[in-house]
Amino acid sequence: MIELLNEYGQAFLWHDGYNLSGLAMTLWLLVASIALGFILALPLAVARVSPNRLLRWPVQFYTYLFRGTPLYIQLLICYTGLYSLEVVRAQPLLDGFFREAINCTLLAFALNTGAYTVEIFAGAIRNIPHGEIEAARAYGLCGWRLYARLILPSALRRGLPYYGNEVILMLHATSLAFTATVPDILKVARDANAATFMTFEAFGIAALLYMLLSFLLVGLFRLAERRWMTFLGPTRG
Amino acid sequence: MNQTAYALPAAPAGILSTRPAAQARGVAASELFKLRVADLHKRYGDNEVLKGVSLDARSGDVISLIGTSGSGKSTMLRCINFLEQPDQGSITLDGQTIRIQHSRAGVRSADKAQLQGLRTRLAMVFQNFNLWSHLSVLDNITLAPRQVLGVSAREAEERAHAYLDKVGLPERVATQYPAFLSGGQQQRVAIARALAMEPEIILFDEPTSALDPELVGEVLKVIQTLAEEGRTMIMVTHEMGFARQVSSQVLFLHQGRVEEQGGAEILDQPRSERLQQFLSNRLK
Amino acid sequence: MNDLLHSLGLPGVELHGFGPLLLQGIWMTLKLALLSLLLSVALGLLGASAKLSPRRPLRLLAMGYTTLIRGVPDLVLILLIFYSLQTWLNELTDALGWDYLEIDPFSAGVATLGFIYGAYFTETFRGAILSVPRGQLEAATAYGLGALKRFRLVLFPQMMRFALPGLGNNWLVLLKATALVSIIGLADLVKAVQNAGKSSGEPFHFLIIAGLVYLLITSLSNLLLRQLERRYNTGIKELAP
Repeated sequence: MIELLNEYGQAFLWHDGYNLSGLAMTLWLLVASIALGFILALPLAVARVSPNRLLRWPVQFYTYLFRGTPLYIQLLICYTGLYSLEVVRAQPLLDGFFREAINCTLLAFALNTGAYTVEIFAGAIRNIPHGEIEAARAYGLCGWRLYARLILPSALRRGLPYYGNEVILMLHATSLAFTATVPDILKVARDANAATFMTFEAFGIAALLYMLLSFLLVGLFRLAERRWMTFLGPTRG
Repeated sequence: MNQTAYALPAAPAGILSTRPAAQARGVAASELFKLRVADLHKRYGDNEVLKGVSLDARSGDVISLIGTSGSGKSTMLRCINFLEQPDQGSITLDGQTIRIQHSRAGVRSADKAQLQGLRTRLAMVFQNFNLWSHLSVLDNITLAPRQVLGVSAREAEERAHAYLDKVGLPERVATQYPAFLSGGQQQRVAIARALAMEPEIILFDEPTSALDPELVGEVLKVIQTLAEEGRTMIMVTHEMGFARQVSSQVLFLHQGRVEEQGGAEILDQPRSERLQQFLSNRLK
Repeated sequence: MNDLLHSLGLPGVELHGFGPLLLQGIWMTLKLALLSLLLSVALGLLGASAKLSPRRPLRLLAMGYTTLIRGVPDLVLILLIFYSLQTWLNELTDALGWDYLEIDPFSAGVATLGFIYGAYFTETFRGAILSVPRGQLEAATAYGLGALKRFRLVLFPQMMRFALPGLGNNWLVLLKATALVSIIGLADLVKAVQNAGKSSGEPFHFLIIAGLVYLLITSLSNLLLRQLERRYNTGIKELAP
């Protein structure tokens, strides 16, 4: 155990000598994919609840595709599938993008968490009491202002518990990155296992790191809920 | 604001008799009336809820819309600020008529800019308060003045505190969320929110119907104060005693039509049989 | 299979003779998912009763189980359990002087997935049991029903109604998680399309086919679940006075 930590401790936490690795890489994957997914999801969630079918249907199709298939398949399509296509390799820009494993991974992760986030926020928008939106209209709020000042701030708060859950599930999902050779926590554990045959210890350390991160996130979201969800009233919880 | 001149000093506090008829005779009708609602029709599918109702409000008028549920009184009120799209008819505010646009899909909204303009001049108080639950009381009151009217943050906050005081709420509720207040307090916040828009007309949609009986009084008191200030108000209400006290005009709606109309005295001497029936049922 | 696709008007889906391989993969995925589902539902019922048990050690055990599983990614658990089981078994066989025994990846896959998703089902069932009004059980006790009958006749039918949405969701997550077992060498759908992709030089084409198959299964599951929920709810309304 001690030798394993001596040998791989640094790689587990932040650097394998060449690149970011382990915990640091996992965190980077999580933060980047969550941030990209969030930016993608916000406008799409608005489109998802639009009365206009031309806006609603494409988004519905997107979330249907990405929620109906395993993330692993999506990752494989981004990582091995697309790069095998002549069309992609002939384009210098695309070629440059898809050659990097981390780009493919982040693309797949962001599109995946984006799809789930769209549905979370769209559900939260639908949950805003109709009367509150009616009052806003009666007071002259309309168009993007209605969304920016009222609907989205309210929806983001209402969606917080579900969003927190999605972030934790996404943390777990980042462990797939090692299949695309990205040196995250699990990749380091695999390497350590292959080199030392201390299977339980190697994967156990990885499990422990993920568990700590999960608890940290749970705690953070609890704090956020206490801060931003009290408006739901004294009866709640 | 010289509207307070309408209040008769001789009348006992809180009781206003019918206001004097148009003082400036010979002025065009459109200038005489603050708000004219003419020949409103509204149908949902085959069900015609409004079959041509009209209303004229002078500055300082308090108009009560009464009638059984399903008579169309709430729909009429909601058509005035286009929360419901009337199918036919016109709304004229200060001589400016809102265009109702007809499109192939039926009637759509009026000209958007014009509609927004109208809505900023009419403030509405809802039956279920419809306060924005994720915002503090202060933010509820300052949101529309800041975002729609472009009032500065400081002024909006000053207004908010002034109007909270006016509706009789203590300073400390400003930081609370609506869900932590009683129904009566919430409705008073909603009235403060309406006042902060400094509207020309306030629309009340059954402002006390969702309240526990013991909380009705505090809200009616606030509305009465506003009536005494000479504010122009249109109110859908079930509180007949209150309507009698504050109204300058009463419209009794029945099955989508104005069945009877007049000063508050029609509540004591109803002419139509339907209104007699309605009032006697109320008293039981 | 090619003929079938052609006759369905899908000549664009060219399987290059990998049809049987894909079918085997699909069958493996379905078998794996359904058996894991059975195991995890059983574990979930046990876990939920442990969580609601008056006995403290049982409650603590169940809590440790769900906390561990929900804090650690399923992929990490799959690798941890699968490889560690093998290592422990090797040590055991060495110590006993037996021949080398290899764990069959299929059973290991079912056991691992069942064990992981059992924790999620534990939470689902716990919530569902708590949703059944206490008075219902008191009434059953008052009318002299024994513990087993109380569960079978009163608690179980009612709690299933509350559990159904969560069950459906867990099933979809579990189904998608089966894609991970190809990483421990199981010849499921993902492995099949990866092999077909490698041999034919068209990985993109075959990955898309795999995606469509998953989409088909999840869509059918969704339809079925919605029907089940509807039937359950109309049944409730009919029974209501």
